[in-house]
Amino acid sequence: MPNQTELTAQRPQAPAAPLSRASESESESGMRPPVDVFEDADGLTLLADLPGVSKERLNVRVERDTLIVEGDVQITLPDQMQAVYADIRSTHYQRRFALSDELETERIEASLKDGVLTVRIPKRAETKPRRIEVRTA
Amino acid sequence: MFSSLSGPAGSVFDQFRRLQEEMDELFGQWSAPTGIRSLPRGSFPAVNVGASPDKLEVYLFLPGVDSKRLDISIQQNLLIVSGERNLAPDEQANYYRQERFSGEFRRAITLPEDVATDGVDAQYRDGVLQISIPRREQARPRQIQVR
Repeated sequence: MPNQTELTAQRPQAPAAPLSRASESESESGMRPPVDVFEDADGLTLLADLPGVSKERLNVRVERDTLIVEGDVQITLPDQMQAVYADIRSTHYQRRFALSDELETERIEASLKDGVLTVRIPKRAETKPRRIEVRTA
Repeated sequence: MFSSLSGPAGSVFDQFRRLQEEMDELFGQWSAPTGIRSLPRGSFPAVNVGASPDKLEVYLFLPGVDSKRLDISIQQNLLIVSGERNLAPDEQANYYRQERFSGEFRRAITLPEDVATDGVDAQYRDGVLQISIPRREQARPRQIQVR
């Protein structure tokens, strides 16, 4: 699989029992996690809020030129527990980003801490910014 | 001329409003009033609350906060969680998206009347703050034996 960078070996498991009453409507596509994306001279950094996702249930991968972030919320619920209020009604997060050629997808690094995912996408050395001079007539 | 659009009988707007009312009734909008301390959907942090006969579990989705700096208090049956998540932007970088919440937050959650304020346990894991609150004994359903 030349175009696939598997950053975690394991695919997400089937979603755990959600603490939600209306999971049907959103469960297929899942939630779109909020992200910050910024660029410096050496590459791009993506930060995503994925509360409730453990390292084992996170899946970050590149398929062709698309970066895919997926994760499942795992919350173990005690017996006889019923949802009385739920802002979060899905247990699945997913978001995709189209990457471009100058990014070095083979060297993407990802880390997860306290439900925040950090993905670092380096730029290829040969494509560091080159200043274009504007000629004056 | 415009009166014909909003006329008394069978106008488009009336039909739309009737449909809206039917939908609202269907989803219980009239019967369930909005909590006076509730926040609009999408506010930070998201909250889920679960109840069982002997306790309540409150889940606050708080990624990337310092759990030691969270302020959790219960006064009677009002649970208040406040704190801050200050994201320091990288001055050297150019930002394309800044969707993640930054700043101070506070959420007030009205719990059922029968919560016991002692014996409350709070745990922070994978960016989720879980607060377990026991319920008072007498509130639990009792099995009545038929003689």
